[in-house]
Amino acid sequence: MNQNRLQELQDKAKTIRRDIVTMLGEAGSGHPGGSLSAADIAAALYFEVMNIKPDEPKWPERDRFVLSKGHAAPVLYAALAEKGYFDKEELKTLRKLGSKLQGHPDMKKVPGVEMSTGSLGQGLSVANGMALAGKLDKKDYRVYVLVGDGEIQEGQIWEAAMASGHYQLDNLTAFLDHNKMQIDGKVEEVMSPEPVADKWRAFGWHVIEIDGHNMEQILNAVEEAKQTKGKPTMIVSQTVKGKGVSFMEDQVGWHGKAPSEEQVAQALEELA
Amino acid sequence: MPPRKQIIEREVLALSKKIATREAYGETLLALGKENPNVVVLDADLSKSTKTHDFSKHYPERFFNMGIAEANMMGTGAGLAAAGKIPFCSTFAVFATGRAYDQVRNSIAYPKLNVKIAATHAGITVGEDGGSHQSIEDIAIMRALPGFTVFVPADAVETEGAIRAAAEIDGPVYIRLGRSGVPVIHDKENFKFNPGEAVKLRDGDHVTIIATGIMVSAALEAAEQLAKEGINAQVLDVHTIKPLDITAVVDAARETGAVVTAEEHSIIGGLGSAVAETLSEHYPVPLKRVGVRDTFGESGKPAELLEHYNLTASGIIEAVSKVMEKKSKK
Repeated sequence: MNQNRLQELQDKAKTIRRDIVTMLGEAGSGHPGGSLSAADIAAALYFEVMNIKPDEPKWPERDRFVLSKGHAAPVLYAALAEKGYFDKEELKTLRKLGSKLQGHPDMKKVPGVEMSTGSLGQGLSVANGMALAGKLDKKDYRVYVLVGDGEIQEGQIWEAAMASGHYQLDNLTAFLDHNKMQIDGKVEEVMSPEPVADKWRAFGWHVIEIDGHNMEQILNAVEEAKQTKGKPTMIVSQTVKGKGVSFMEDQVGWHGKAPSEEQVAQALEELA
Repeated sequence: MPPRKQIIEREVLALSKKIATREAYGETLLALGKENPNVVVLDADLSKSTKTHDFSKHYPERFFNMGIAEANMMGTGAGLAAAGKIPFCSTFAVFATGRAYDQVRNSIAYPKLNVKIAATHAGITVGEDGGSHQSIEDIAIMRALPGFTVFVPADAVETEGAIRAAAEIDGPVYIRLGRSGVPVIHDKENFKFNPGEAVKLRDGDHVTIIATGIMVSAALEAAEQLAKEGINAQVLDVHTIKPLDITAVVDAARETGAVVTAEEHSIIGGLGSAVAETLSEHYPVPLKRVGVRDTFGESGKPAELLEHYNLTASGIIEAVSKVMEKKSKK
């Protein structure tokens, strides 16, 4: 991939980050940390990887993305708006009465949202179902899903992981947003999921480990996943919670708190 | 009121034939598999018990055994539905609504996905497996979920209708099925299953027995015995708990002035509650609920358990005499 295109995608990630911070400031509540950590993955998927048509959200042949860690809704909304699924002005309505942009994604309200999520641990099962349907219908679409590293403490994730391996869902690619923080503290201290890569391998997955903020590594991993036959792929992405905003980076306190007006201004300056 | 001949035929049929609703489910599923290529089936290691086994043999590519992992099964069903399939997810009622409740709520009900949950082994007639496996609260759980249609068929004929209706409905449907054989009360040739429409099986002006599921045949039996004592009981078969046929329930209360409900379920949150809520708002009359009285079940033979928990014709008759007494004092 040429450097110009990489730069464009990195700029998209920056735009997504700016929109995340801005909309959370407007909303006055929400989850910045885990949205910012996933911005590069979202930018790669929506602006390079996925075969989608924003003007035809239900196009049957489309690739699907399930945000299993639904509290990171702002990263999804920012990507969808930037891609043209709906007017960017609507981002300002996040979490407000009557808005289509619910606190957690609602597929019935937002064009481009493939699944309503929020209760953790459920998205991988749903992605499995979509991947099974794709195989049944002999369609070429691929299914992408993003899970959090705190989220994988949920037992259902491992029920689903077993099933994706069992049914050899090679049309399914998962990202682990491994930002190492959850509400009560460090994932490692609350309930360690390590060694994560070994766990997914043991469940029959092809595992790739990358820096989740390195655009080139994200794209290469996706390509490797596409070439992998007979197994689903898990891309374990090392990320930084709150990535891109200095005072939010690696701070547990920014899991579920909105920035003030001044903090929004400072963050936007850093993301300029 | 149906002609006498029809009643006799029905009684003869009832005596001669007992079919578990889960059996009728398995047969209907097989037929649907042939008719509709979008129908897919998921099970959680209970396919021989839930009767999805035949489907799995005929359409292996459309059958997914999800292992003993009900939560994942419901989520996978949601994903298949989101991609245009019509998934039937089957396991025992206690697991479908208890073990996987949050998945049913958030991955199926909330996004209104086209998933059919056909739950077998509901109620105490699970029998010997005991209270851990006897779902007495599933109707309460499922009817509390916005957007869910809830069917509780009374016999094999109604089951076929309910399963076919479920496949036609665009949205989530819960179908409550039983393990044990139950009398066939409907005539297959003439019965039409209309979702949301209660079936008046017997006319009467003294009291109404509103029943669902396996208690419908007990209600008919009770009405027969009451008739001998000169009490004309109307019998309403409510195969659709949600949306409830409010008109039929209110009309029956107005016509008879006293109501007894009967269900193989807790008296809390099920048919009895639905009827009580409806009548309290629209047309209050003396009411008595026959059902499991806020307790768990236990091991035993299905017939013994029905007797033990008073879910019988005589249990219904007892309740009828109480509401009739209240009605006379009004």
